[in-house]
Amino acid sequence: MNEWPLWEVFIRSQHGLAHKHVGSLHASDATMALNNARDVYTRRNEGVSIWVIPSVQIVASDPADKAELFEPANNKIYRHPTFFPIPDEVKHL
Amino acid sequence: MTSALERAKFEYALRLADSNLILAQRLTAWCGHGPALEEDMATANVGLDLLGQARLWYGYAVELEGRGRTEDDLAYLRDAPAWRNLLIVEQPNGNYGDTIARQFLYDTWHQLLVAGLARSRDVRMAEIAVKSEKEVAYHVRRSADMMIRLGDGTDQSRTIMQAALARLWPFTGEMFAEDEVDLLLIESGVIPAAGTLADSWRHDVEQVLERATLAVPRSGWMQSGGKSGRHTEHLGHLLTEMQFLQRAYPGAQW
Repeated sequence: MNEWPLWEVFIRSQHGLAHKHVGSLHASDATMALNNARDVYTRRNEGVSIWVIPSVQIVASDPADKAELFEPANNKIYRHPTFFPIPDEVKHL
Repeated sequence: MTSALERAKFEYALRLADSNLILAQRLTAWCGHGPALEEDMATANVGLDLLGQARLWYGYAVELEGRGRTEDDLAYLRDAPAWRNLLIVEQPNGNYGDTIARQFLYDTWHQLLVAGLARSRDVRMAEIAVKSEKEVAYHVRRSADMMIRLGDGTDQSRTIMQAALARLWPFTGEMFAEDEVDLLLIESGVIPAAGTLADSWRHDVEQVLERATLAVPRSGWMQSGGKSGRHTEHLGHLLTEMQFLQRAYPGAQW
């Protein structure tokens, strides 16, 4: 068998949460990818919705660019909203 | 068990339990041997669904019988002539195309059957059928999809699927054959009439085969005997494997 294309699978575990990447699988097209995702990744009641995306469609950052992409944010702690006193009554911040 | 109707219900529940269990045993044998990891998982999932459904039918059967036998007694301690499954489910897995074709022919029947049983006058049967409906709907969605892919695939896959259909077709008549058990239950509104089921089955199967660019096999001689315990040689071999543990170590538990 020729190798089927690779797909990335995203599952929404419950309403109100975002889809989360859970893994990948092989399938010859979108319909088969959805069926396979159902069979491989939702066997234990993990999800209410599935997205599948051809892996080749994902554009990833280059690990070699890590320093210039992410380090500048590292030393700017003032960007974190941790300098404000939060009243006790305010939940979920 | 007193009335003829109750005996017929027992017999019928046993048939469905046996068909589902034998097919489950066949499907789970693909575990670790599937053509792709994804297919492997999917096939085992369907097998486990059918195993769960078989347990529901066995549970009802032993209740109807009322002689203290358990579902394990029925599954592990009966020899081939006492089994009531359809002959199609005991046919060997063959190549993956054979397995898909067998599954598609069975799923299409199974879906129509549980839809009919969901309206049964027997409340317990209706409950089990309703519980099975969603699982079976997915089974047929999957096996029909694979039929179309493999039929309308390459020349080689098409040839394999056409050959698989030809091999299995003679075993499909038994799904719609009525014996005295069926007739009594149809008359009592417990199960759907086989004639209506046969028409819908043929219609559904033809639609998928057309999309799969596969020819509908010519209907000739149809095999029968599963419902009355006359099986093909394959069932005995399957049972020796499935029942080995309880035969070698009676009463073993974990």
